[in-house]
Formats: sequence, structure tokens, C-alpha cells
Amino acid sequence: MNAIAQIEQEQLRHDHPDFRPGDTIKVHFRIVEGTKERVQVFQGVVIRRRRGNIGASVTVRKVSHGVGVEKTFPLHTPQVEKVEVVSHGRVRRSRLYYLRNLRGKAARIRERDIR
Amino acid sequence: MSKFMGLLGKKMGMTRIFSEAGTAIPVTVIEAGPCVVLQKKTLAKEGYNAIQVGFGAKKKQRLNKPEKGHTKAAGKGGFYHIKEFQVADPDAYELGQEISMTEVFNVGELVDIRARSKGRGFQGVVKRHGFKGGRATHGSMFHRRPGAIGCSAWPSRVIKGKKMPGQMGDEFVTKKNCTIIDIRPEQNVLVLKGGVPGAKEGLVQIYKKS
Repeated sequence: MNAIAQIEQEQLRHDHPDFRPGDTIKVHFRIVEGTKERVQVFQGVVIRRRRGNIGASVTVRKVSHGVGVEKTFPLHTPQVEKVEVVSHGRVRRSRLYYLRNLRGKAARIRERDIR
Repeated sequence: MSKFMGLLGKKMGMTRIFSEAGTAIPVTVIEAGPCVVLQKKTLAKEGYNAIQVGFGAKKKQRLNKPEKGHTKAAGKGGFYHIKEFQVADPDAYELGQEISMTEVFNVGELVDIRARSKGRGFQGVVKRHGFKGGRATHGSMFHRRPGAIGCSAWPSRVIKGKKMPGQMGDEFVTKKNCTIIDIRPEQNVLVLKGGVPGAKEGLVQIYKKS
């Protein structure tokens, strides 16, 4: 195997559950404040999932106190402690940027049947 | 540019490595060495102390006679790339000795990288020197031109070194103080923090700081 592929392979994580854009997930993210380390949970809708090897990332959106907040997490960093799937949503595109323009009821996502 | 001990290598490409804290570090992966000692240059004979090394094995039928003769004493075949490195004591090395990366580099050390940058051809002043250029619309007839290049009756010539259009890239560039993030001797792979000049598969000269 070529050396770059090997370096990437060694760092890949295979412990994340399967999730897609439209799903609601919880990302447990380690953050360091001064000398203390704690885990922050960010829950929201996956509006973008970038595939790829080591550079894979996920963008999660939530509305906090009436303000839209989006965070992008690299999926393979050890800073991400775990990813939990809260619910599966049914959407018809892979990039849900249109959610940014919608508020309240209009921004709901239909539940996806996962049988 | 110091020419102290180092190795020759081949740029393989870039990726990222996550540190223990979880932050992504951009890295360049270089296949460095092993280099074979082809000639020793001494103060007494050549006037300076150095070793000449070869990198990148060349097929036997591709060697011409002078190349064959020059590499015969080392007995390790011919090479595509041959370069010198200054060393304090050339007699510490033997002809034909293979120098691997573990003998030269350690993780955490700083190295200087010298390589030929990607060629960009004949470029104008906007790309080559970062001139601003003029506006695109509203009747402007001054888009990417250099503007005036000098004065008038005095000095009635263009000052030397004036930034003008010309060949860009394909020249030697040195990047100093690159941190070695990782070494993998079993694959001859050196992992350096940040970017390195030149294209993938290009020759890079890696100099140890001393």
C-alpha cells in the first residue's frame, strides 16, 4: 500500500454509526478549557456529510434560543468522543442548506422509515 | 544556503495527521533515501569535505559510459539523482554505503527543504508579483497591465530588478525549518509539517539543521 494511504488508514475510525443528511445526531465533542477537559454535546440536524478518507466531516445545525447554529466536525479526529443517532429523517437532497431559510414548523423533517 | 548533511527524497503528496489533542496537522509525505555514497571529497584533494550520494536507481541499460564508470566503485548501480552534502568527516563513510533516514533524522527535529517549484510558464505581473491590476468595467482599458515602468529623461532607462512579466516557477525554492512529525524507516517515509515546494514525485533535498 502506498505510504499516504497507510497513514490515513491508521487514523480512520470505524466506530461511528451510519447516518445521513436529515438525521438528527448528537456529537460528543471534547473541548479543553484552560487546563480542564470536558465533553460538550451538540445535537442537531445533519445538513451536510462530506465523505472521503481522513478529511471526512459532518455539519450539524440546530436552532438555539432562536439563533441558528452550525458546527462542522471532522469525523476522524479523536476530539469526537462519539456520535449518537437520535432520529432518522427523510429528505430528498444531500445538502440541506435550504433549512437555513426556514423557521419553526417549516423547518421540520419527516421521519424516515428504517425497516 | 547551507549544504550540510541530509538526504535526497521524493515528494509523495500531502495528507493530514491528528495530534493527540485532536487538531489536524497538514503534513507532506516524502520518500527519503536510502542514498548511496558514490564519492568522498576531502579537504586535501578537492578543497572541501563532502560526500556525493545517489538516489533513485536507474536501470543498467539506461546508463551511459561515464555514469557507469563514476558509479562503479560504489558498486550499487546507477542513479537518476546525484548530489553532494558537506560533512565534517568524509572518512566516516564508505563508498557504496547506504545511508538511511534513521541515521540522519529524528522526530521533532527541524530540516530545510530545497526543491524545484512547479513551473507556471510566462506570467504577467498580476500573478507573478501580485500587482493589483485595474478595474474590469466602466470603460477601463487598464486590466492586468504593469503600468508605468520608469521615469523620464532622467534616468532614461528602466531600473534594474523592476518587476515585470516573465517566467514564473520552475526554480529552486528553499523552505526553512520544517518540523519532522514522524519517520517510518520500514517504508523510508518522512512526514513533515506543512507544505513543501514542487510537484508530487519531484526530487526534494532535505538538509539537516546544524
